[in-house]
Amino acid sequence: MNSMERDRFHLLMMKALDGELAGSEHSEFDNFLRDDECRREWQSYRKVKEATMDLKLSSPAPEVWDGYWRGVYNRLERGIAWILVSLGAVVLSAWLALEAVQALWANAQVPLIVKIGIFTLAAGFFLLLFSVIRERWFTSRHDKYKEVIR
Amino acid sequence: MNPTSRHDDELIARIQGGEKEAYGELVRQYMQPAYYSALALVGSHDEAMDCSQAAFIRAYGAIRRFEKGRSFFTWYYRILRNLCLNRLRDRAAQAVPFSLVLQVQEVASAEDDPAASTDRAMLRDEVRRAMDRLRPEEREIIVMRDFDGRSYAEIAELLECPQGTVMSRLYYARKYLKDLLEDVL
Repeated sequence: MNSMERDRFHLLMMKALDGELAGSEHSEFDNFLRDDECRREWQSYRKVKEATMDLKLSSPAPEVWDGYWRGVYNRLERGIAWILVSLGAVVLSAWLALEAVQALWANAQVPLIVKIGIFTLAAGFFLLLFSVIRERWFTSRHDKYKEVIR
Repeated sequence: MNPTSRHDDELIARIQGGEKEAYGELVRQYMQPAYYSALALVGSHDEAMDCSQAAFIRAYGAIRRFEKGRSFFTWYYRILRNLCLNRLRDRAAQAVPFSLVLQVQEVASAEDDPAASTDRAMLRDEVRRAMDRLRPEEREIIVMRDFDGRSYAEIAELLECPQGTVMSRLYYARKYLKDLLEDVL
């Protein structure tokens, strides 16, 4: 049997195991079974199939289904709550930072070099934050490979 | 269009209009296939619960992009599958034996011969153990076909591949299983 015939036999064997043979495929498959090697292979696969058919996935406790939607709903609600908490934290931090900068600028006792240092540090920090957020947002919107499992 | 997808479309239109309770109805409709599909991939009840619920949350977030006329479950399954495979990749070092979530179906034995019946039970135990060594994608296709009884057409739709690929994947999964069971076959 050449490799093409072998591939054809394997394909028909899967269909036969799963009851998906159609029309003339039955006789084509029966012809293959005249060969001893094919018949032995077919019997082995049948045994494997019968054994897997005897198994099933175990079920969770029946109460799981009663609370399933509640679980999804609670997690959805919590997700919204986290977004609000994060947003509030960002707004408050920004306001505090602005207040601190204004107070520092108005303080005549702080040397100019320290003021400049703190301003550049703050500016750099916000620029970094903005860049990371923008990159994440852009990637989540435009990365066509995001569904690919790496 | 079949009645289920028409019903789904109506529900989805209500969800897109902001009715959260309609989403509850949709979740209740698909929670069991979702849960068992996740279980087939991750092999743990806790993680199946977590992944299937997380996938419903993601699906809700993207529901406005859902195209009318498509099968909700097929669309949802893609999200679920990616989540489960990512979860497996993250916890690769602490793999859970899949055989822990497998049990024997309670069916009346058709064998009259006690020896044949014992052989079959032995083979079943070996198959259970061998399932631990399959890759998640191989387990997934065997569960879809042999446990859930899905047709090739349904599997092809869920996995977004041609039916020929389904048969070929089934063949390789079963071949690997058969090779692992060489001594008892």
